[in-house]
Amino acid sequence: MSRRPYIRPMSTTTWYMRNGRYKVYVLRELTSFLVMFYSFLTIFGLAALAASPERWNAFLASQQSTAMIIFHGLALLYFLFFQTFPWFKLAPKAMPVQLGEKKLPDSYIIIGHYAAWAVVSIFIFWLAGVI
Amino acid sequence: MAIAKKAVVWGLFAAGGTLTSFIFPALIALFLVIATGNVPEGLQFEQIHSFASSWLGKACLFIVLFLSVWHAAHRLRVVAHDFGIRKDTLVANAVYAGAAIGTVLAAFYLLTIN
Amino acid sequence: MSTRTRQLELEVMRYDPEKDEAPWFQTYTVPCLEDWVILDAINYVKEHLDTTLAYRWSCHMMVCGSCGMMINGEPSLTCKTFIRDLPDKVRVEPLENFPIERDLVVVLDDVIQKLHQVKPYIIRKDDPPAEDKEYIQSRGSLAKFKQLTMCINCMICYSACPQYGLNKDFIGPAALTMAHRYNRDSRDQGKSDRLNILADHDGVWDCSFVGACSEVCPKHVDPAAAIQQMKVDGAVEFWKQKMGITGDKS
Repeated sequence: MSRRPYIRPMSTTTWYMRNGRYKVYVLRELTSFLVMFYSFLTIFGLAALAASPERWNAFLASQQSTAMIIFHGLALLYFLFFQTFPWFKLAPKAMPVQLGEKKLPDSYIIIGHYAAWAVVSIFIFWLAGVI
Repeated sequence: MAIAKKAVVWGLFAAGGTLTSFIFPALIALFLVIATGNVPEGLQFEQIHSFASSWLGKACLFIVLFLSVWHAAHRLRVVAHDFGIRKDTLVANAVYAGAAIGTVLAAFYLLTIN
Repeated sequence: MSTRTRQLELEVMRYDPEKDEAPWFQTYTVPCLEDWVILDAINYVKEHLDTTLAYRWSCHMMVCGSCGMMINGEPSLTCKTFIRDLPDKVRVEPLENFPIERDLVVVLDDVIQKLHQVKPYIIRKDDPPAEDKEYIQSRGSLAKFKQLTMCINCMICYSACPQYGLNKDFIGPAALTMAHRYNRDSRDQGKSDRLNILADHDGVWDCSFVGACSEVCPKHVDPAAAIQQMKVDGAVEFWKQKMGITGDKS
């Protein structure tokens, strides 16, 4: 009997449409665009800060529009649900903590992340004078 | 040693990912607050300028920006691969160059804030 | 035990390398008992409807790893997939990302080779104990890697992994997890022998933590976690070598 194994083709550009799991993964990875965007936005802010008070105020003013409210609002939600929360959920997998025969439950580590996140966020808001 | 490059790159990515996960929501929220027209106290020129003038402020801002751009760069490289762009060396050079530019700009502007 | 029957319509992928240019689907109507698993339905086809259907199975109890197939697009162990969790129309295909040998049988040579590649055995650098004694291992030490030993080599994780789908050179979930299992075993001293898995660009670094492998694993081995831990180990190992902490010369 002759062998002729058949190789099923896989699209390198649309494979992730095959199921929900892959789509969620891709949406998660696309948050990297946001990270790049806000990093450079902050860098432009620093440029304005370094220049003069007028440039800084102009930078602040450039953010003030309905479009930017919607953009920043959506970005915040997208980032929270597709970066921050998934990252916290996956963190315990990379750092198992052994306690004798048992492993520290993942939920402890996840809750620890949320607590630290709350503290860090409150601190940043306090520094910025929001609260 | 081959382990060198990949381990370092991944280490930066992991550190950046952890940092951005904690800090970026607040950062984006600050932009949102500014967008509504209310510029909080700490973001008025005098306050933020003095923060960025201090060495602690510079260090914090630099570390955040440095790790963020490298995290994003490495991830964008993987995204390109996942979307079928297989010219990995080309993509890698492009994204890491972008991260390098971001790092240099961040350092430059921070150093000029006095 | 329920004796009510349920009619399932199985759409099964067929492929005869001597006759077919490409795979095609054949539909069978199977009267099933309510508590059947899909493997029971496939066995019914073989016994009563079409003896030419080729597929692998053995234990029917989730320990041999033979019966992996795609059930409605989801990589599954057919002896673990209950028909009560399935709709009336079921599409049965060979495991994704593997070449099809015939019908539902796939070519597993690639993953077998990769399992060998990771040196999945205890490696000792010093001499064995003088008397015929066993190696002492505490329960705590065992707990560190016990979950990783549960792998039954069903290779469903390779079907779920898109990075393996995109790049067949990727060593992949099961093989990497096997390496980690031995690295974490206190009796093993072969971590540096397996270092090429970390160093190699087809090793752990090809994983982008999609996590699908762990979601489909029928034994809850969590290969995704194992691979991330190896990445951490790799990163730590790099800095240790740089600072000259380990005995290894870089």
